[in-house]
Amino acid sequence: MADRAAHNRRTVALAAVFWMCAAPSFAQSGDIEAGRDVFQRCSGCHQVGQGARNGIGPHLNGLFGRAAAGLEDFRYSKSFQRAGAGGLEWHAETLDVFLENPRAMTSGTRMSFPGVKDETDRANLIAYLRTFSDNPANIPEADPTARARDHDLDPAILALVGDPEYGEYLSGECTTCHQAAGGDDGIPSIVLWPEEDFVVALHAYKNKQRAHPVMQMIAGRLSDEEIAALAAYFGNLEE
Amino acid sequence: MTVNRRTFMGTSAAAAAALAAPMVKAAGHGRPKVIVVGGGAGGATAARYIAKDSKGEIDVTLIEPTRTYYTCFFSNLYLGGFKTIDDIGHGYGTLAAGGVNVVHDWAIGVDRDAKTVSLAGGASLPYDKLILSPGIDFVDGSVPGWDLSAQNAMPHAYKAGSQSELLKAQLMAMPEGGTFAMVAPPNPYRCPPGPYERVSMVAHFLKQNNPTAKILIADPKAKFSKQGLFEEGWQNHYAGMITWIGPDFGGENVSVDPAAMTLNIDGEVNKVDVCNVIPAMKAGRIAELAGVTDGNWAPVNAADMSTKADPDIYVLGDASQQGDMPKSGFSANSQAKVCANAVRGALTGSKVFPAKFSNTCWSLIAPNDGVKVGATYEATPEKIAKVDGFISQTGESAEVRKATYEESEGWYTGITTDMLG
Repeated sequence: MADRAAHNRRTVALAAVFWMCAAPSFAQSGDIEAGRDVFQRCSGCHQVGQGARNGIGPHLNGLFGRAAAGLEDFRYSKSFQRAGAGGLEWHAETLDVFLENPRAMTSGTRMSFPGVKDETDRANLIAYLRTFSDNPANIPEADPTARARDHDLDPAILALVGDPEYGEYLSGECTTCHQAAGGDDGIPSIVLWPEEDFVVALHAYKNKQRAHPVMQMIAGRLSDEEIAALAAYFGNLEE
Repeated sequence: MTVNRRTFMGTSAAAAAALAAPMVKAAGHGRPKVIVVGGGAGGATAARYIAKDSKGEIDVTLIEPTRTYYTCFFSNLYLGGFKTIDDIGHGYGTLAAGGVNVVHDWAIGVDRDAKTVSLAGGASLPYDKLILSPGIDFVDGSVPGWDLSAQNAMPHAYKAGSQSELLKAQLMAMPEGGTFAMVAPPNPYRCPPGPYERVSMVAHFLKQNNPTAKILIADPKAKFSKQGLFEEGWQNHYAGMITWIGPDFGGENVSVDPAAMTLNIDGEVNKVDVCNVIPAMKAGRIAELAGVTDGNWAPVNAADMSTKADPDIYVLGDASQQGDMPKSGFSANSQAKVCANAVRGALTGSKVFPAKFSNTCWSLIAPNDGVKVGATYEATPEKIAKVDGFISQTGESAEVRKATYEESEGWYTGITTDMLG
């Protein structure tokens, strides 16, 4: 029997071991400019800097010293809520372990990201994120790194109000691959996205601006109303 | 907390019954009753969705003889050593906790006038709507010399579980430089790329453990699913190991002798060490017993998967004859959701949305060399008709192939969760 619970316990235990072994040497050694480049991998979902707000992922201003799942206005996965309640706080050391393999630390995270495997890249990224934190308070006034995704979608499409009941029916076509509970085992999580991000992403597949044959095919026959319905449904799922 | 059937009925059902006014209520019993026969990709999905979406308004019973469901999808990866048998085994506990009455028994008859299903254990259960998702059985005599009594000597391994374990044991016990033979099935059959993914996985195993061994395929089909992709992969990874004999060279004219372990291809007798016989297929027997088959399969209406023979009986997945969709777990899961929506609408008056179907089949050729084929479908008055599709390309980069394999892993978790909760 596939015993997922036991498996999760194993990976959590493993993460704890990693954590204890993680050498703190990188903490001061990262290159902030190089970290800005590494952050491009994150910026599809996370914003940081002046004007940053929550999107698919939480904004990352003031991250250092923040408890995991610590923003009140972001809907975190249960996995992260548990980690936060269990005392996980973001510092260079914890970020380093998390970023190496996110799902090893929080198995149920919706963060669809395999991790930053290169140690130097991680140190650079952490140094960069550190500049947006109150503590230490060396924060330059920086431009927002991540802006709303570039798109040329008709505002009328974005203004459509989706029917979540129809979205629930249509979601059956998605949940064969994308888990309704938000887990990511090789296929990204699509739950609790801001509706606009969801609509922009599906139209990008529909218009073949994003490359993935399955998604181009599935989105290709969804109408504007159907995309809005799916965005409304997945954007407001109860966990 | 464990939700058993009693507490489920005592709370949600009572609340739902007090608030809702079901459109259809059969005489003589309270909540409308749906019976689902077969707990695979079609049946489990249908049972789960009807129970979940009706929020207790519909009484859902799933009849499935086995207590552990071994997925046919990924069973080839077990043969190749990429998965354990436990990785592909799943229980029904979560489905039961979600409100489905799971009965481990065989359905042995359907009385369409009385609207009851009889079980091997002696019970007779009433239904308002009956969903059959029994998968496949084999056509008697399709491979001369082979019948079910020979399945230990020459396994089919086309229903996953003990047969998969047997075939794997035989593969591991092959003598050095021995021959693994496969008799491939004629169309239509479950999982069109399945036999060829299996050949790939067997080749991978042999390359690691028995590199001078050979694989011999006798095939009644002139061409097969993803043929270009498989042939390219076999050349790249397993050059010189695999011989495919199509109908041009007698691949459709075969017989076997399980006692002598020989495979006769068009008069030429081959002594083999393992012989994987995949016979011609037909709908699982309960579909025939219910009288909803025409020939080997059960014709259905594309809009809701109801049978042409009886509007209160639906057939999902491999057993159905629906049009353009391949017989696959993904297809069955897709059809189940359309059917669940329609059945719920018919029994409770909930909104019925138009049918939409899709399918994607991933196959693994070698480590991190995954390929896929997929399509979308719609319901027409005649059949389920293909709308659009894609297939992996030959010559793709290693990076793309690796991403495709990783995606298939994600899909596996996704679909098993979608089926069983």
